[in-house]
Amino acid sequence: MTQSLRIGFIPLVDAAALIVAVDKGFAAAEGLDITLVREVSWSNIRDKLNIGLFDAAHLLAPVAIASSLGLGHVKVPIVAPFNLSLNGNAITVSPALHAAILGELAGDPRDLLTDPLATAQALSRVVAARRKQGAEPLTLGMTFPFSTHNYQLRFWMAAGGVDPDEDVRLVVLPPPFMVDSLANGHVDGFCVGAPWNSIAVDLGIGHILHFVSDILVRAAEKVLAVRRNWSETNPQVLAALIRAATAAADFIEQPQHRAEVARILAQPEHIGGDADVLQRTLDGRLKISPDGTYRESSRYLLVGREGASRPEPVQAAWLYAQMVRWGQASFSPEALRTAQQVFRSDLYDAALGRAGKAATGPGDIGAFAGPAFDANDIAGHLAAFKIGRRCG
Amino acid sequence: MGTESSPKIVIVDESPIRAAILEEGLREAGFTSVAHIREMHSLLARIYALDPDVIVIDLENPSRDVLEQMFQVSRAVRRPVAMFVDQSDTASIQASVDAGVSAYIVDGLKKERLKPILDLCISRFNAFAKLQDELERARSALEDRKVIDRAKGILMRMKGLTEDEAYVLLRSTAMREKKKIGEIAQSVLTASELLK
Repeated sequence: MTQSLRIGFIPLVDAAALIVAVDKGFAAAEGLDITLVREVSWSNIRDKLNIGLFDAAHLLAPVAIASSLGLGHVKVPIVAPFNLSLNGNAITVSPALHAAILGELAGDPRDLLTDPLATAQALSRVVAARRKQGAEPLTLGMTFPFSTHNYQLRFWMAAGGVDPDEDVRLVVLPPPFMVDSLANGHVDGFCVGAPWNSIAVDLGIGHILHFVSDILVRAAEKVLAVRRNWSETNPQVLAALIRAATAAADFIEQPQHRAEVARILAQPEHIGGDADVLQRTLDGRLKISPDGTYRESSRYLLVGREGASRPEPVQAAWLYAQMVRWGQASFSPEALRTAQQVFRSDLYDAALGRAGKAATGPGDIGAFAGPAFDANDIAGHLAAFKIGRRCG
Repeated sequence: MGTESSPKIVIVDESPIRAAILEEGLREAGFTSVAHIREMHSLLARIYALDPDVIVIDLENPSRDVLEQMFQVSRAVRRPVAMFVDQSDTASIQASVDAGVSAYIVDGLKKERLKPILDLCISRFNAFAKLQDELERARSALEDRKVIDRAKGILMRMKGLTEDEAYVLLRSTAMREKKKIGEIAQSVLTASELLK
């Protein structure tokens, strides 16, 4: 029997596993008739998932946790049995800010430009110089308060001594508005997913300063999210959905399929835009500067390879720790447990008939600064960072 | 503030017509303090400047995510905002999502006072959607008429039919092929272009 599902998504490259699962028939092969519903805001996705208009959704990993903890909104327990992507965001800055950071680098830019500690320290000097001149603080855009983009930007600049709440203005901007805002000078930079960074570079108005994989080696970015209640009443359907998404992720990760995947994603009802840009994103080969400089990284975006799809509770713990660090949540062992239980590696393993084996060790978040992450001692871990807004 | 006098309502909507319909409805219902923001740039600053008790935004607006920043504790925010839709009122949530509107209430305003505002927004949003629907149907009917007239002209010229005979031919073909007469007329136009 075919099971009908409505799944909400935002037109971003990391929705690829869902789009390909439908387009290439992996969902149908699992007996699923999926209707993908394109949405314009994460708030809409969250609300429609919460009230049951969607059976499942492409969701920011931190929103799944925030919703389960009742942070900033109504409390609806969510589970994430599948990571749609790791990493995949980038920090893009205006040509003026890029030049300013370059000018403040303490050494040869060729060695230091992909070193996030060096750029964050340079940013700190840019901020200090602007303050001295009486200039307005820099404004940086990110996509949502509960987003990896927010935490990646904050983690990066704080490591260089920039307080993200005091020294700059961090503003939420919907991804489709990022590029215009940079062009108009409303923001000096942003952290966003694909394809928006590449679009800014192609238009000649931005430089990609960092892939977020420079900041964290493995960050859970988007998850496949369902209501916990729904997962309990529809275990077979959920398992089928996990298998379909896995088949799609495996397909996407085969280099010989990338051109076809890019064409599928480029269809206007999916993501739209230029297939070449989408393929560059999937390949991790991005034009980072309007002068035509390219940068390639095997860590730019992971859709399934290297065990990326398995949701590891340590990833949820790291995201929860960021909520605590920046004052969005107060710390409690119960809340930590709730956050970790959002990432359901057990459901993932059961659906695929795989023995549970973590692809990451507990310390493998791989942040460029601070001590290795320890989910068992979040207070101690956070105490190692000078800048933060911990509220207890 | 705003507990005795009419609460200050801000409508965030890029559609000036829908905002006007909503504003009119609110004023008729006795809500005298209504402002409209249609420019999404610096949205938060605009909202803070107006200092509303209630914010209404359409669900097709990507800037809904910008409003989420108001829930965050930060130095830019003077008073916390809570979203109205709580779990106890699922009927309201459903109705507002169906209508495509969402409302936020600023702390301090009693929840009961939002209910009539939200109900009004829902009914006006639905009325607007219906109006748009009717306009769209009227427009496509007009389009069909033009296409049918041109197809009739072609059939009259090429087959020596009268206008009535040409129309009967289009209509009977449409019925036989279970298609709309406008579609048949369009294929006559396309065919005649190809055969030129």
